[in-house]
Amino acid sequence: MTAYLLRRTAFLLVSLVLAGALLFLLLRLLPGDPANSLLSVGATPEQIAAARRQIGSDQPLLAQFTSWAGDMASLDLGESFVGKVPVGPEIAARLVVTVPLTLLSFLLAVLLAVPVGYVAARRADRWYGTLLGGLSQLGIAVPAFWIGMLLITVFALNLRLFPAGGFPRDDWADPADALTSLALPVATIALVMSASLIRYVRSATLDVLDSDYLRTFRALGSSFPRAMWRHGLRNAAVPVVSILGIELATTFLGAVVVESVFALPGLGSMLVKGIEEHDYPVIQGILVVSTFAVLMIGFAADLVQRLIDPRLRGGSS
Amino acid sequence: MNRKTPWLIGAVIAVALTLTGCGSGSGPESGAQGAPAGTAASGSHDPEATIEIGSLYEPQNLDNTAGGGQGVTEAFNGNVYEGLFRLTDEGKVENLLAESQEVSPDGLTYTFKLRQGVTFHSGAPLTSADVKYSIEKVTADDSQSARKSSFDVIKSIETPDDATVVVKLSDKSISFVYNLSYVWIINHAAKDLATSEDGTGPYKLGAWKRGSTLSLDRFDGYWGTKPANKGVVFHYFTEATALNNALLTNAVDIVTSEQSPDALAQFQGNDDYKITNGKSTTKLLLAFNDRVKPFNDRLVRKAVSSAIDDKKLLDSIWAGYGTLIGSMVPPSDPWYEDLTSVNPYDVNLAKQQLAQAGYPDGFSFTLDTPSYDPHPTAATFIKSELAKVGINVTINVITADEWYTKVYKNRDFTATLQEHVNDRDVVWYGNPDFYWGYDNPDVAKWVKDAERSDTVEQQTELLKKVNRQIADDAASDWLYLYPQIVVAASNLSGYPVNGLNSQFYAYGIKKS
Repeated sequence: MTAYLLRRTAFLLVSLVLAGALLFLLLRLLPGDPANSLLSVGATPEQIAAARRQIGSDQPLLAQFTSWAGDMASLDLGESFVGKVPVGPEIAARLVVTVPLTLLSFLLAVLLAVPVGYVAARRADRWYGTLLGGLSQLGIAVPAFWIGMLLITVFALNLRLFPAGGFPRDDWADPADALTSLALPVATIALVMSASLIRYVRSATLDVLDSDYLRTFRALGSSFPRAMWRHGLRNAAVPVVSILGIELATTFLGAVVVESVFALPGLGSMLVKGIEEHDYPVIQGILVVSTFAVLMIGFAADLVQRLIDPRLRGGSS
Repeated sequence: MNRKTPWLIGAVIAVALTLTGCGSGSGPESGAQGAPAGTAASGSHDPEATIEIGSLYEPQNLDNTAGGGQGVTEAFNGNVYEGLFRLTDEGKVENLLAESQEVSPDGLTYTFKLRQGVTFHSGAPLTSADVKYSIEKVTADDSQSARKSSFDVIKSIETPDDATVVVKLSDKSISFVYNLSYVWIINHAAKDLATSEDGTGPYKLGAWKRGSTLSLDRFDGYWGTKPANKGVVFHYFTEATALNNALLTNAVDIVTSEQSPDALAQFQGNDDYKITNGKSTTKLLLAFNDRVKPFNDRLVRKAVSSAIDDKKLLDSIWAGYGTLIGSMVPPSDPWYEDLTSVNPYDVNLAKQQLAQAGYPDGFSFTLDTPSYDPHPTAATFIKSELAKVGINVTINVITADEWYTKVYKNRDFTATLQEHVNDRDVVWYGNPDFYWGYDNPDVAKWVKDAERSDTVEQQTELLKKVNRQIADDAASDWLYLYPQIVVAASNLSGYPVNGLNSQFYAYGIKKS
């Protein structure tokens, strides 16, 4: 296990460096000079040169990359061109919204998807099993912003149960307040996410239900719940966990749309604004942080999978 | 995006202004301490109420000479920072931090006496050094202020004593005082102006939570009348729908500028809300390239102007809101006159004029159309209107950047659509190098003379002549003036309804 952990960590680090280099290059490939954001219209060539010097876009690409990589290594994400504030603390402030939003949505989605997916598989021959399977198919086709708008219309505008958007000015000082603000966005993401999760849980469960080992265990006199618990669950969990990892990462990135619908001051709305304003340090900072998060989630999912499935551990320990 | 771009163009155009050394404006007019024009007088109000304001324009940073943008003007102008003069919501200029001013007989030396007993939020007293610092901050090399070029006439700024500022100009400039109303007076010792402030206004900055809210708290040491509320919180939205939802659920009390006509229906006929239709300065123009055929012929321009039913266009886009204008001057400018009858909507007249100009069967041209609302809609409408008089329009959709390069810089166009946001901007017709290429030596002279006027009356008279001439020449086709719509909860009063140049004075807002 230790050897695997070392190998997996090395892989993580290499991925990080490669992803960082790719991000850096892709942004530099975009047309236009980031120095433009510092200038007023009608700037003189001297002013343009000064602005380029100030942000370093007059340096050769390799020099720019080395200095950027150095800053990254020391966890310095630079200063926003437009906002004139350090990007790192600003991202941290936005994560206060985005991380709870992502995790709560994920949790709710799993809580919804596992039982529903299981029932849809176990009772695939009944009308409600089919209905649940069908509904999950439909759910995948519905865009998140539409569900968000629907929830706002019903629960905020008509029933007045939850705010239509926004986040408390004092963040989590009053957790109940913050949770109320997140209720509809969390429900939105969870609904969309559980639709696809249900399908995975359903098919993983169907595979297990059809399996020889389950039938054998039952033939040996074990009850169905016991058989499922001892053998079925673990086996079904393996593919689901790897999907969960991907889904969690998608939720994190998909928060962009939902944050905009609900006017949440999260990472997504910061990214959109940064792109609108050609604020390169902001865009780079967010992409680096989210890339890191996605790679870490993948890392964690792999570890969990190995813990669940002894077959994966076999070779290296 | 579609509000940011006109702002940029406003900046572009402000720069272009100085090419001819033209500006415009009026001298100060005496007036009482300017309370914003409210919609209704309220009986009893809660002086400790906090006003929740919804807006689509979050500041980029808090420094208006470092690209703070429209948002920082809205939140800070007159609220946190004050100028020597104030442009009231009605468009009048009145004394604010300047107690008095004297102009030398040659019009080249301005002596300002500062109001006494004014302190900054940090506690420092206001002195002439702060005024000098603040003006120089706008004119500095690295300043991104759109107003920078209006101050090219400044030769020197002297501070003989703490309460006196003497500014010498290289040429007469009657709009100098008007232009000063845009210069925030900032403590010369202040630091980190992109994230903090040190002004003299009735509010000080509370907290700015980026992407979400910016709060202003009443400043107890304020020299003037105390605000009618305890403080205000600006709530920022990126989507008009989310903003309207916030108003519908009482999360905000007022929306500074409604940009989604479709949403107005939700508030109409609802006693809980008041909709005010204020004066705006944003004009939608069908700008011809007056240099090139066929639009170098004034008859053709007049014909096109008469062939388009502006009222129908305005109704289809803004459903009854907005105003028709007959020239570049909006009603809030001192030299406004109703000129809508100069080129009336009259298809037969248009056909006649076309025949007279030698185009009895019409012609074809390409209309460069910015890709954001409302330009594409307007272009389609114009195409169908002009088809009725035999003119065939090809719509060419371009981005804001392309517009700037192709139309504004290279003048490579026949006709284009564009919104022009600033007030007092008729003077652009005095610059033959401007993108639309209107070249009338009389107009150029009147505009120049207007800026060098001794009195406001003289300036007004000259600019009225400009106004009539450009309308008669159909220099452009002024399609309509945008509405400036404020939607507020009915228990609110005393808010600005015109929002000239994006400012939003909050100190008069009362909540009952």
